[in-house]
Formats: sequence, C-alpha cells, structure tokens
Amino acid sequence: MSDPASIHHLVDHFFRHQSGKLVAVLTRVFGLHNFQLVEDVVQSALVQALETWKIQGVPSDPAAWMFRVARNKTLDVMRRRHVADRRDPEWTRFTEGDEGSDPLSSFFLSHEIADSQLRMIFTCCHPDLPAESQIALTLKTLCGFSTHEIARAILTTDVNVKKRIARAKRKFVDKEIAFEVPDGDSLKCRLESVHTVLYLLFNEGYNSSLPHELIRRDLCEEAIRLCALLFDHPASTNPESAALLALMLLHASRFDARLDECGNILLLEEQDRAKWNQELIGHGIHYLNESASGDRISRYHLEAAIAAKHSLAPNFAGTDWPSILSLYDDLTRIHPSPIHELNRAIVVGQLFGPDAAIAAIQRITNLDSLDDYHLLHATLGEFHQRAGRAGEARECFRKAMECTVSPSEQRLLERKLQNCDALTN
Amino acid sequence: MSNFMFLFRGGQTPASPEGMQAQMQKWMNWIQKLREEGKYVAGDPLEGKGKVLRSPNKVITDGPFAEGKELVGGYFLVRADSLDEAATMAKDCPIFETGGSVEVRPIQVINP
Repeated sequence: MSDPASIHHLVDHFFRHQSGKLVAVLTRVFGLHNFQLVEDVVQSALVQALETWKIQGVPSDPAAWMFRVARNKTLDVMRRRHVADRRDPEWTRFTEGDEGSDPLSSFFLSHEIADSQLRMIFTCCHPDLPAESQIALTLKTLCGFSTHEIARAILTTDVNVKKRIARAKRKFVDKEIAFEVPDGDSLKCRLESVHTVLYLLFNEGYNSSLPHELIRRDLCEEAIRLCALLFDHPASTNPESAALLALMLLHASRFDARLDECGNILLLEEQDRAKWNQELIGHGIHYLNESASGDRISRYHLEAAIAAKHSLAPNFAGTDWPSILSLYDDLTRIHPSPIHELNRAIVVGQLFGPDAAIAAIQRITNLDSLDDYHLLHATLGEFHQRAGRAGEARECFRKAMECTVSPSEQRLLERKLQNCDALTN
Repeated sequence: MSNFMFLFRGGQTPASPEGMQAQMQKWMNWIQKLREEGKYVAGDPLEGKGKVLRSPNKVITDGPFAEGKELVGGYFLVRADSLDEAATMAKDCPIFETGGSVEVRPIQVINP
C-alpha cells in the first residue's frame, strides 16, 4: 500500500514529449523497420504510467520512471522475440557492452536521447518521403500528436492523416530510409529539407485559419522546440538553424497581441506593443546574432532580420521601413516568391504611397498564382481604399472574403468593408 | 469515521498522450481534494495479470479473471462517516467519464 508523501505535478505536454523521446530512443534500439513495434511499446509504457500515476500520484522523477518502464518492456520484447537485427551496429553496441554495464540504459542518457531525436527529425523530414507525409509524421513521432490531433492541426481528415503516415511507414519497413543523421555534403542538403518542414510546421500554426487557438500555439511551440534541438546539437548546428529559430521566436513574441478579446485579427499597426513578449524577442535577437557567422545569407536570415526590425520599432510609425525594404529586395532576389513580393509591396506602400504599392503588386512575377490568396485581394483593397477608391476597394475585399473560410479573417474583412461604406457615405 | 474501499473497474484509456495527461490530471485533482479533506488513506493500481485458484481442486489459471470492463484496475482506502458519505465521495471519480465503475465497500470492523 502506498501513500505518496507529496503530490508532484507534470509539466505541460509531458506525455506528448515523453512519447516523442521514447519513440526516437526505441527506434534506435529496434530499427526503423520495426516502427510498429516501437509504437506499441511506447503506447504500453504511457498507459502503464497513466494507470499507475492516476492512483498513486506522480513520482518525483516521472521522466526517469517512464524510461525505466520503457526499458523493461523493451527487454521483455527482446527476450520474447528476436526482433532486432543482430548485424545492426546499434544492436551490437547494445549486446556487446562492457562487462557488467547495462548498454540498453545508455540509450536513455540525455545526450543519447537528443541524438535519437535528431535522427528522428532527419528521418521524418527525409526528402524521399512525400511532402504531405513529412509534417504529419513529425507531429506523430516527435511531438506525440494523435491522428485526430494532427488532422485538426493541419485541417484535414483523420483518414488522410492515416494515409500519409502509412505511406511513410511503408518506406520504413522496406528499409528505404536510414535512421541516421547524414554527414558531409549530404548533411547540407538534408538540413535544408529539415528547415523547410519546421518552417512549414511553424507557419501552419502561426498563419493558418484554425479556429482553435490552443492547437495553433502548440504547433508553433513544437516547431520552436524541434528547431532548438536542431541548433543545440553539434551535428546539426549551423547559422541557418539559428536564423530559423530567431525567425520563429520573433514571430511568436507577437502571438498574444495578434487577436483582440473576441478573437478578431489585429493588424501590426493596431497591435498593443506592450503585449509583445519581450523575453521571446530577446531570445530571438540572441539567435539572430548567433546566425551572423558563416558566409551564406539564407531566406531565414532575411526573414528573421525583417521580423527583428518590427520587434525593435518603438511604434508603427517609427518602423525602419527603408531597411525593411532593402531586406525584402534581398529576400526576393535570393528566394523569389510571389508572397515575398506581395509583402515587399506593402512596405513600398508605407514608403511611397498606395499607388506605388499597387504598381509593385501588378509587377509581381507569377501574380496569377496568388489568385486564390485572400491576402492579395485584402492588400489591394487596403491600398485602393487609402487612395480613396472605395468602389475598387470594396470589390477587392469581397473577393478576399471568397478566398478564406477563417471566421477571424472574415470578420476582419467585414470590418474593412464597413470602413469602405463609411468612406463613401 | 470508518474505512471504506473503492474498487475501480474498467474505463477507457485515451489514445493520445495529451488525452492521457488530461485524464491523469483529473484523477490527481480528485485525489488532491480527498487528501485535503483528510479522507484519503491509501491506494494502489493492480496489474492486469494474475492467477486464479478455485476450489475444490485449486486449479491455477491465468487471468483474465473477468471481462475487461469488469477487471479491477486499482483500489483506494478512504475514510468516511458513513457508507452514504463514501458513495457520495465516489461520485466525483473521473472514471465515470470513461465508462468505468466504482464499487464502494465498508471495511468490516468486528466489535467483540
């Protein structure tokens, strides 16, 4: 009979993150081709923790407790079935450890856990996996999201998520993908694909039209957590990882200021800058400085530098628009994208007025590709309105409303339409 | 004050780690409340495995002893003034949100 002396508390998302760590560690032990087994063992360790702790309370070191349980379950499985590939170097290391030592336990040392997680990041973001599988798989394995949570987070159905994950798992089983951190020349290109996935993951949470504020925040936090893991590990630390981390932190600092009490979107110029999280801004600037080494300037460097200019401006009017414009010029040169050009046009508007902005928008390469993008029409509407052309503005805002299903975006556009009416009346 | 036993049976386990944590938090809150009121004495989870011996031949069989939903997953020993009060205390158990049940049994006291 036990009577816990004190009640211990779990940090937020403890089960999720613990699941991510265990999946990574056990994949290293059993091999990627045994991924289903890994998931089963992890699930059973989590269930045991739940069933025990809900009656006995949380132990003083819940992470160590869960690792012990997972380790014992792993040993059980190994005794029962010869699942591990004996030629696998990891398996050799496990079975031929020093006399008297416990090689399996060494997998649970904190630097080894980080190492396993890093391998998992490179595996989930492997360029041979279908792009639509990468984010789903990252959320599933590294972040401990359920199928349903992933579907909710990336606005698709449970069935779709299952398909995307199954497609990736087939490649695991067929041993088409290695569970490793690449080195040499391939590291550079593989790291790029990791950056892209983490960037998309962050944007999914930051920009998407999800109605659930909580899950959006979770996505951003997860992207930041994984990017920090990437930057902190000696095998993958590089200036670009620092720049991406800086970019995420600087954007995340404005999370609380972006919506009003009713969930309506507030534009940069309407936001209460006192609500910007100065701690995150500080961290962001720190990583931006870290990113300044090396000779390559990536899109993340430039995007982070732009975000930093906004973060450091005393108010909207005091924003250093000329510097931001020149950063956008560089950005559209090294990473041509109609979205970046659209953002650049907004800065042009700040400096040279609405007609210059509209001219810049009309010059966007592949402008057609933005036809269904509500922000294109919303931006055009904004500048027409500023130029006093209420009719054109109204038409643009209506078009923008047709392009978005997000209730908060709809309300923002509704507000703009009303302003147009006020202008004409 | 007398002692009572809560026997917990069944209840669904959430599929997602976040769901598990949410369920656990509810149990923690419930236990915390019982402890603060001085009503919680002890508790243990029971493993899903075990052996059953039956008379007259004492044949040993492995579990499961009952249907999954009938399986006792754990117990609490609590203090209450009456069986009614103990039953009222059990009403707050989070197990009901997931389809489980609580059996409340007085610990027998023999007064010679």
